[in-house]
Formats: sequence, C-alpha cells, structure tokens
Amino acid sequence: MSEQVTWSDEVFREIKKREIASVCTVPDGGLTRLLNLIKADKSMRLITLTTEEEGMGIVTGQWLGGRRSMIAMQSSGVGNCINALGLPSVMRAPCLMLVTMRGQYGEFNPWQVQMGQGARPALEAVGVKCFPADHPEEVAPAFIGAADLAFNGGFSCAVLVSQRVIGAKGFGQK
Amino acid sequence: MPISNKINRRPFVAALLGKRNGALVIPGLGSPTWDCSAAGDSPEYLYSWGGMGLAVPTALGVALARPDKRVLALTGDGEMLMGIGSLGVVAAQGAKNLAILVLDNESFGETGRQTGLTSDATDLCAIARGFGIQRTMLVTAQEKTEELADFLFKGDGPCFAVAKIALSEDPWSLPVKDGAAIARRFRISLGIEAA
Repeated sequence: MSEQVTWSDEVFREIKKREIASVCTVPDGGLTRLLNLIKADKSMRLITLTTEEEGMGIVTGQWLGGRRSMIAMQSSGVGNCINALGLPSVMRAPCLMLVTMRGQYGEFNPWQVQMGQGARPALEAVGVKCFPADHPEEVAPAFIGAADLAFNGGFSCAVLVSQRVIGAKGFGQK
Repeated sequence: MPISNKINRRPFVAALLGKRNGALVIPGLGSPTWDCSAAGDSPEYLYSWGGMGLAVPTALGVALARPDKRVLALTGDGEMLMGIGSLGVVAAQGAKNLAILVLDNESFGETGRQTGLTSDATDLCAIARGFGIQRTMLVTAQEKTEELADFLFKGDGPCFAVAKIALSEDPWSLPVKDGAAIARRFRISLGIEAA
C-alpha cells in the first residue's frame, strides 16, 4: 500500500481534530480508506445504517446530547435524506455530510446518473450548504470549511467529493 | 394478529411517564407528542412535529452521547415502521440505556386514521427480535404501567415494547412547536448549554 498521504488521511485528521467521535454511514467504495481509518480507531464509533436518512436522526441526537457526529455516504444516499434533513434544520443542529459523487464523469452505471446529477440541486433545495471538491487537494479544505460552518452555527453542510477525485467505478473493478 | 385494543392512551402515558425517574423522552410526531405534553410539560421531552421515521434514530443518538442517561423513544406504529431499519442499528450499537415503546393504535392518527399495517399481520415485537433486540414486551392491559416501567427504565437495554392502544377522542394538547426552542431547552436541561 502506498505511504502517500491521501485526501482520506487528511479528512480523518480533521475529523479527529474536531472531536467528531462517530461517523454514520451506508458505505461507498470511494469512502473505503476513510471508513477503515475510523473503524481502526478505538476511540471512534463507526455506525452502519440501513438507510442514510437514519443519519440525520442519529447526528441530531448526538448533538442534543453534547457530542459531534457526521454522515459519510454516496450521492445516491442523498436522495434518501431529503425529508429527514428537515429535523436538524428546524432544530438548528449541525449536520455535516461527506458525499462521494456518482453519475458525473464517465459514470459506467446509468442508474446512478439521476441522483448523481440531482444531489447538489436537491440538497440546495432544502437549504444545505454545499462544498464541492473537484481535485484531491481540495477535499480537506472543503471539509474544514463545511465542518466549521456546521458546528459553529448549527447548519447542514455537505462536502461533495467529485467523481474526478474518486475515479469512475467500472464493472469488475474494486 | 388482530388484538382488541383496549388501552386508553392519555392516562396510560401519564402513569408511565410518572415513573420515568429522569429518563429522557423522545416522542414521535403526532399522538405520542400530544400525550407527553398532556402528561405535563418537561424540557426533557424532545417533542416532534415532523421527521417521521426519525424518533428511534434520534433517541439512539442521544443514548450514545449520554450513556449516563436512560433514553426512551416513545412513538406510534406508523412512525416506527417508517424507520424500521433503525432497530437493526440499535441492536448493532448495543445501546444499554435505550428503551423503545410503540403506542400502537394500528392507524395513521394524524391524517384521518387510515388503517396501518399492524392491524393485520405485522408484528413489531417479532420484527425487533429479528433485528437482534432480545428484550421485547407486548402490553394489552391498562393496569400494566408498573410492569412496563420496570421493563423500560430498569435493566439493560436495548429493549422494545408495544402497547396496543384504543382509538379515542382526546382534548388537544399541543406543545411548543419551535424546533430550536425544543432543542435548546433539552440541551439546557442536560447542562450542555447555559440558560
């Protein structure tokens, strides 16, 4: 395995710095390295969901109890969250999301395209502030911007990690 | 399986909450929220006016953040079913301080009392056990609040109970609906924010 520092390592560092103690996820391939770092960290909790909308409840509940949490998901999962995002919004609770994008550059699977293209408009339609990152070196700065806005002011913020960063997933490719 | 639903919700919930011994209560939207309000307002009730399906996830989040507190998700059958997968997350996370009670009137109470799935074959206790929640309880009698309170508020969670509730006409008891106010006073009661 390469020892080169990746955006996943940088985001993990920023998660730890902000004492985000747990991460809710329906996993995506592009999140593998980050999720493995979280799972390996004994001071953190990786909360596997059955559907991404549960994350809105869990992170809001954790904030109500004085702890920080966030959601990591694929752009398809954003579609499952739209009504649930009303909860942190109405409570002015921070809701930080890290989203790996599908349906953008060279997408192999046509079923991914509607929600991939629709994720940002759908999030913005319900008041979520979006922080796109189109290149690997942009991801950590976008995460910092999103996280600090969310936790300082009680906003819903989503980092959108472009398919250009992850690479288009092909059939038979891990 | 059809059960003759006898429990009168308002006195039942009031009696139960009288025994909560400091447990935080996360009611689902609709009748469970009105029942909590009718029992006597508390900043430890996180009233809900929306987010159907999120009562158990929210309660789980509170429970994970505050292992020193007992947390009760108190919700309806429709709201529980909309968030049914969260029971699997609860079991996997093993939250010992989390209790769930479904007030099951087998109807969508807020939208015209259309019939719900629990009026027929859907068995929520069996579902909870299928997700891995081992401690379950079905209550069909009004006088069981003491036993139910022991089940919910003492002993290790996660635990899951269903109370079969009669349809009734109850006086309006609407709590504060400002979500930021509800959240803030909840956090103040936990000492997270200053008043």
